[in-house]
Amino acid sequence: MENNIIIDLKNISVSFDGEPILKDLNLYIRDKEFITFLGPSGCGKTTTLRVIAGFIEPDGGDVIFDNKRINDVPPHKRQVNTIFQRYALFPHLNVYENIAFGLRLKKVSNKEIKQTVTDMLALVNLRGFEKRNIQSLSGGQQQRVAIARALAVKPRVLLLDEPLGALDLKLRKDMQNELKNIQQRLGITFIYVTHDQEEALSMSDTIVVMDSGVIQQIGTPLDIYNEPKNAFVADFIGESNILDGIMLDDCLVEFSGHRFECLDKGFAKNEAIDVVVRPEDVDVVEEEKGMVKGEVTSVTFKGVHFETIVDIGGFKWMIQSTDYHEVGKRIGLFIEPDAIHIMKKSAYSGLYGDYSSFSEEFDELSDPEEVEEE
Amino acid sequence: MKIASKIYIFLVFAFLYAPIFILILFSFNSTSSTSVFSGFSLQWYKSILEDEATLKALSNTVVLAVCSSLIATVLGTASAVGIDRFKKGPVRSGVMAVTNIPMMNPEIVTGISMMLLFVFVGRLVNSESVLGFGTLLIAHVTFSLPYVILNVLPKLRQTDRNLAEAAQDLGCKPVAAFFKVVLPSIMPGILTGMIMAFTLSLDDFIISYFTSGPGFQTLPIAIFSMTKRRVKPDMYALSALVFVSILVLLILYNIAQTKSEDKNKKKK
Repeated sequence: MENNIIIDLKNISVSFDGEPILKDLNLYIRDKEFITFLGPSGCGKTTTLRVIAGFIEPDGGDVIFDNKRINDVPPHKRQVNTIFQRYALFPHLNVYENIAFGLRLKKVSNKEIKQTVTDMLALVNLRGFEKRNIQSLSGGQQQRVAIARALAVKPRVLLLDEPLGALDLKLRKDMQNELKNIQQRLGITFIYVTHDQEEALSMSDTIVVMDSGVIQQIGTPLDIYNEPKNAFVADFIGESNILDGIMLDDCLVEFSGHRFECLDKGFAKNEAIDVVVRPEDVDVVEEEKGMVKGEVTSVTFKGVHFETIVDIGGFKWMIQSTDYHEVGKRIGLFIEPDAIHIMKKSAYSGLYGDYSSFSEEFDELSDPEEVEEE
Repeated sequence: MKIASKIYIFLVFAFLYAPIFILILFSFNSTSSTSVFSGFSLQWYKSILEDEATLKALSNTVVLAVCSSLIATVLGTASAVGIDRFKKGPVRSGVMAVTNIPMMNPEIVTGISMMLLFVFVGRLVNSESVLGFGTLLIAHVTFSLPYVILNVLPKLRQTDRNLAEAAQDLGCKPVAAFFKVVLPSIMPGILTGMIMAFTLSLDDFIISYFTSGPGFQTLPIAIFSMTKRRVKPDMYALSALVFVSILVLLILYNIAQTKSEDKNKKKK
């Protein structure tokens, strides 16, 4: 294990009413890193966060903080602080008192409290808001107060439970940058929970992809995007065409009735595998020049590019390109070796079909309010 | 149309408040006539303030209302917090139904059944006169409890579930977190519940009638027993005083409510 690990989760299992939420979870978190738990509703990411915060005691396994087992340490004695989904600001206290809350409990002198509150408000760009009533603040401002309140007590680790979920898109982007800035400036560990893959990719040093209580993959955003470990990760992060294929030899794979050169090695001869091709990695060429050919079945304008659905031998591919190809046109596809990523078969193989039933609504549906995860 | 609706409103208010207006008017009458207003006088107020039995009943009523509303508020808030922790389901709806029954039950049934119980228990402990302050207090706490619960529960539901956790997260012990953070945020509900309990206790007649003994009379009972003889205008004066104090409480109650509603509006 390399450089300073601050939190180590060992064989953590949690279940509610007999239903397993986390299954034998192992994870270590390095000091000062920005780590994101990413996954769909009910995948156990919030539960993991609450285990670290101390609100849930795991049924099995150890929570190690700074080389000490802290399973039995109650939340108020842990050096971690949480930003809750809906901020949980104290409505009967003003901004100043909210931020001072933790300091007052620590019996810090008034002078010091005043200094810290002022510093914290400056940090989150809310100078002069001391006397304001919590209810009179906008969602974004409440979010900032929540951050200031948690940081005022100087935690070693900050836990953020989908903190930007309630904000609108523009504000969310701003806050993403700001959070990242704050994290780098203060040099403390951020553990961030989200179901928004874009948020995870743009902010994190490390992403932990979770599903049904199991870690699917841990890696840097680039790793996760370019080298997904299984069909679940490939499907959850970004758009992807996931096809069944056969590994004929090292660097030679067959799918869609064509043999492709690729860069992946180390599979058994003729092993059945999953192939991932990202929609933006496909080149559209004239039909006769294409490695595989098909007919355009739908086109959606997305601003930056067109999203084109192409039917190739019954499998609907998604392709993102800046060129427009009208519905009904026959086109060829050209795929470079480095655009092809091979994954071992897993329990998720075959669960994610092609883009024949693709609609925007599916994306929207996948993030309903994730309130009662427990 | 507009005139018609104005007349309608006038009639509604006339029927609602004419009796009370007449009561207050005649409480200032200088003679004891109930039909002719012969001149302004405060003599009935004076006589009521000099009547020791009535004053005793008044102080009994206030002591009872204060004690019962305080006890009901503490018990009711605690139960509301407990009920709120139940998950939605048969247990929760069952508990809520049990909570609501005392409210829906006709007062006369509650009154008689309580009297029976008290007398029964009294026999068991060989006491002839159990009925008194203690039994009244139990009865009043019982019937005002659901009102406190029903006022506190919605407040609890409005507060952020993570509030107590946030306080603990910042270094508060669990019990302290409740008093420091959760209690203040449900305070408006607790206060309105307490005012309601107080008002209900103050003017309750039926249940008090059955559960009080000769040694401890409340004002409504005193008034009732006086009306069995000849009604004197000093009763008007007393009723007017009771009405005014309840009115003041109601106004306070409404102010408290609008305040908390304002807060919620700002939230959205």
